[in-house]
Amino acid sequence: MIRSYDFRRAWSQTFVVLAALSAALCVAILFYMVSYVFVQGISYINLDFFTKSPAPLGESGGGAVPSLIGSLLMLGLATVLGVPVGLGVGILVAEYASPRLGAAIRFVADVLAGVPSIVIGIFVFELIVVRQGHFSGWAGSVALAIIMLPIVARASEEMLKLVPISQREAALALGITRWRSITNVVLPAAMGGLMTAALLATARAAGETAPLLFTSLGNRFTTTNINEPMDSLPVHIYRYAIGPYDQWHQEAWASAFFLIMIVLLINVLARWAAGRQRGGTR
Amino acid sequence: MLNFKLVSGRTAAGRTNRLAMGDWFFRSAMYACGLALLAVTALLVVELARGARPSIVEFGFGFLGGTTWDPVREIFGALPLVYGTILASLVGLLIAVPVSIGTAIFLAELSPQWLRRPASALIEVIAAIPSVILGLWGLFVLVPIVREVVQPVLGDNLGFIPLFDGPRFGVGVLSAGLILAIMIVPIVTAVIRDVLLAVPNSQREAMLALGATRWEVISEAVIPYARSGMVGAIILGLGRAMGETMAVTMVIGNGFQITPSLFEPTHTIASAIASEFAEATTELYIAALIEAALILMVISLLVNIIARLLVGTLVRIPSTVRE
Repeated sequence: MIRSYDFRRAWSQTFVVLAALSAALCVAILFYMVSYVFVQGISYINLDFFTKSPAPLGESGGGAVPSLIGSLLMLGLATVLGVPVGLGVGILVAEYASPRLGAAIRFVADVLAGVPSIVIGIFVFELIVVRQGHFSGWAGSVALAIIMLPIVARASEEMLKLVPISQREAALALGITRWRSITNVVLPAAMGGLMTAALLATARAAGETAPLLFTSLGNRFTTTNINEPMDSLPVHIYRYAIGPYDQWHQEAWASAFFLIMIVLLINVLARWAAGRQRGGTR
Repeated sequence: MLNFKLVSGRTAAGRTNRLAMGDWFFRSAMYACGLALLAVTALLVVELARGARPSIVEFGFGFLGGTTWDPVREIFGALPLVYGTILASLVGLLIAVPVSIGTAIFLAELSPQWLRRPASALIEVIAAIPSVILGLWGLFVLVPIVREVVQPVLGDNLGFIPLFDGPRFGVGVLSAGLILAIMIVPIVTAVIRDVLLAVPNSQREAMLALGATRWEVISEAVIPYARSGMVGAIILGLGRAMGETMAVTMVIGNGFQITPSLFEPTHTIASAIASEFAEATTELYIAALIEAALILMVISLLVNIIARLLVGTLVRIPSTVRE
């Protein structure tokens, strides 16, 4: 069938407009969602949020101190556990492993990254909570670290591979050892990208709820003892959102506002760090 | 002369040894990290299988085909959960795929250069929003919209189709599918965009030289070239949808029956675990939920592997977008 040029052009324009509209739809939904959380959150957040424990039922006021402290501690511990190991895997694949071993490790990292986070939670429940006999911040941290591990591993490998091979050769030509060339030349050159990897993994872990439900469980009271059940912002949001009380819902919005701010902030930082690497090595 | 040789030989050897030691330690440490990754993954499978054992022993292969999930009588069949998982994921895909393809085409082929990066970054921000916050938004914004607007319109006009016949609570498969659609758009879009960008320009130029319009270039020369990668991206989205937990748990409404209706409250595997695990008191109930987790892991593993094979080595799945 021969179609006129006018028809073909109109047909083409239609699809161009449709494609542009779907992109606009995505951005619009994002803005609607984020602005909704902001508007709701700002109206319910106050100083008490940062200074008080949740109020007993029926009393007004109260804050989210146990969740804030719990999230901070578990996230810190997870970062200490997950990032170095992830970076090690990245270095192994980028610098040492044979192509075949590298492909195998990358495959396993991809597999682990694809495991649903709720399954990680069940795994750590079996691994630690059942053996210990009680829920703990430890278990929560380990679950978050397992979430972070493959993210850091894959991203840091990519970043290390961006460092030109000539820099490694230059370092080796000066007679320093392989590991010194990695720690003193390759890692500093990739620093921006590695920061990005660590930050993205942290942002991801900061928002995770499912792996914490059956590991750190949650706690109405403030504790800094990592061996006790611990509250966290995401779990706090979940419990208060599905609870029946309006005041709980308001608390959930306030926590959601704070959490989304933190997560978006870390993401912006991560992108900024990535930009620095690009500027630095090319 | 002899003396000099001896001294220099000894020091050089000693130095080389020490340097080699450092290298050896560092390399071993890196290998240990790799081993840790493998160990965690292996342990994951072992621990889940161990936890699921009572259920595997009790129900055997019948677990997968069993249509009853009844904690009171302790009869557990995973079919309602598997069915709910697939149904909710398909609804999510059905909504997300056209939008993702459109957005990816816009980003890769049509958008002006200055808009490309900020627009891509914005869409990837959706992926950064924690699942529980999407669930909160879904529960208090999306579910009321579905209940007041979407369900009455669909139910009144298309209620003769079993899909759109059922209770109009708002919570249910439809809401879960909508939330899932929002969650998987970023990953599907990002991968399709990269697949499209990997199509060689000669494809486009050849088509343009024949006098094709913009859409003809895309539909005749770009998409056929990128087809397998696009299918891979969609399957990747499917894997992501099936494993998604919190947002789905908050809007799917909790139910254990197999129904064709999209309005009915149901469960996915992940949402059943999230909302039931804390209440599971008997050993068998816990084991059944763990076996469900094992099934979920196997399914998402298979889906991920298929997707990665399709996307291939041409495009690396961007690590900035979570799965």
